[in-house]
Amino acid sequence: MSTVVDRPSLTEVAKKPSPWAAPPRPSWEEEPAKAGLAAKGIVLAFACFAILFPLWIVIVTSLSSKKTIDETGGLVVIPKDITFIAYQELLSGGQVQRAALVSIGVTLVGTLFSMTVSVLCAYGLSRTGSLGHRWILMTLLATMFFGAGLIPTYLLVQALGLMDTYLALILPSAVSVFNILVLRGFFMGISPELIDSARIDGAGDWRILWKIVMPLSRAVLAVIALFYAVGYWSAWFNASIYLTDQDKMPLQNIMIQLVQKQERPVGLTTEINTGQLSALAIQMAVMVMALLPVAVLSPFVQRHFKKGMLTGAVKG
Amino acid sequence: MSHSTVPRSRAEADTPTKTPTASGGTTGRRDTGRQGRIGFWVRLRRDRTLLLMTLPAVLLVLVFNYVPILGNVVAFQDYDPYLSDNGFVAMLQSPWVGIEQFQRVFEDSQFWHAVQNTFVLFFLQLLLFFPVPIVLALLINSVIRPRVRAVAQAIMYLPHFFSWVLVVTVFQQIFGGAGVIAQTLADHGVNGFDVMTDPSTFKYLVTVQMIWKDAGWGIIVFLAALSSVSNDLYEAAAMDGAGRWRRMWHITLPALRPVIALLLVLRVGDALTVGFEQLLLQRQAVGPDASEVLDTYVWWNGIRNQDFSYAAAAGLIKGLVGLTLVLVANKVAHLMGEQGVYKK
Repeated sequence: MSTVVDRPSLTEVAKKPSPWAAPPRPSWEEEPAKAGLAAKGIVLAFACFAILFPLWIVIVTSLSSKKTIDETGGLVVIPKDITFIAYQELLSGGQVQRAALVSIGVTLVGTLFSMTVSVLCAYGLSRTGSLGHRWILMTLLATMFFGAGLIPTYLLVQALGLMDTYLALILPSAVSVFNILVLRGFFMGISPELIDSARIDGAGDWRILWKIVMPLSRAVLAVIALFYAVGYWSAWFNASIYLTDQDKMPLQNIMIQLVQKQERPVGLTTEINTGQLSALAIQMAVMVMALLPVAVLSPFVQRHFKKGMLTGAVKG
Repeated sequence: MSHSTVPRSRAEADTPTKTPTASGGTTGRRDTGRQGRIGFWVRLRRDRTLLLMTLPAVLLVLVFNYVPILGNVVAFQDYDPYLSDNGFVAMLQSPWVGIEQFQRVFEDSQFWHAVQNTFVLFFLQLLLFFPVPIVLALLINSVIRPRVRAVAQAIMYLPHFFSWVLVVTVFQQIFGGAGVIAQTLADHGVNGFDVMTDPSTFKYLVTVQMIWKDAGWGIIVFLAALSSVSNDLYEAAAMDGAGRWRRMWHITLPALRPVIALLLVLRVGDALTVGFEQLLLQRQAVGPDASEVLDTYVWWNGIRNQDFSYAAAAGLIKGLVGLTLVLVANKVAHLMGEQGVYKK
């Protein structure tokens, strides 16, 4: 994947246009109509607004004091004061902090486990001639066409004794065949000469994977790790059917209780009832806690998305 | 691939060294000649590390994707979980009832109601959701300022990474009874606005939620197809006097056609799945009349009411119809000269 980069000369760097500016259009292309440009701008701006505005309200309300929220009569659009009291209360122990830790733990352990299993499998399948390669690939691919169904899966998890364990949140969803195919497609694109020369130097498959293939695949590894991590972080359904112990519930499930069903958080009920705390600010703070990690991480991986989505095309 | 007569891969059969895309097949192990000379045990010895590496994933898939298929036998039983502490034993001891459960399912009017809701939502999504990413991709593709493009993309991809819980609660803050719109209307004397619990508009609400969450993400595939179109084509067309719209009609859209066909096939093949988590989350708020689809029907009867055999039967019906849809959709794609999900 490493290619020789054409380094621009110093004068070119100096003249490099601002990324906000429009590059010159090719000579054959007609100048765009003003009305068309304006229409495009409006549609684009509306799309971005429709996504960002709700998030803005949630964040601002979570940072507002009880007084501001009472004055506005609900959600705050224009911030008047900023206070972190809702977060302080939530993170000073109790239900929500516990749930957040559970979510972080499951996400970290789950992502590490899924990545290990998937990378190994993808590398193991990256040589089209190897023994059983086709059979294994077919076995994996077939699962993309059917699901066993909710009830049999539930009965299996129950029979395996995984009820009320964190393993039930990780194992059933640990392997995504799609992700394995993406990784495999990428591994197959790595120059065979490079791998051959390492083999001649005496490196085995483990070493080649660790020292050559993985360092060359950082971009796609980042994308797949993000996919897995987001999957674990966002999951709530498995917890809702496999867990009964309230203390084990991850953040998303607590969010259903506190925000969607408007229940009062355990331990903070008196503060809310006596008016020291705004129930709304607490709810919004829980939502921000759920969206923050995702919103912060995903833009960093963004430029690799296309690569990650498209090398998934099935080869061999 | 049978291992006696066929070469390991096309790459090896033609030229063993340089075949850029297919060369993965020879990576590292360039055996001279055909594989027919190598016996099974030699290959096993040679590839044992590779096989070992695939083992954990294969085991997980076998246990969690294949073994439960066998569990579908409960659909032909009257499964009683209390027969034994061990689920497997309970399954073996439960009485067989033949197709009685299926008869019960087909006689249940609520099942047919769920079927109806599933199809209504599917067609609504096809009509309202499906075109949005295409239009947005054309729009983004026509933005030439690099930074504007990157920022717009980053914002549009974002909601895809949100959980359904978050999406539903975010919508609650805007369209709910205590949401921003209701708040503003109440300030102007209009009370009682609450789209989140209104069964009559629920199907549109669900579709809008879906567009908000995933339409932006859907752009990626189309952008990739667009970026592979050679600029020479546009230039040549412009030279021949084709204007903006004609270039889009005759160059851009044909370039998108295979992608659109593929996604359409995938969507039709998956028609019976219309947003399980999303609907389950809102089932209580709007009621089952508006929100019950096949997947939630299975959940309600199986997990909630513990009528496992009955729910498994309903799930099996859904699974079989779904599989048929995938195969038919692919067949149609092949007949139309498109590739579909798998090759012929």
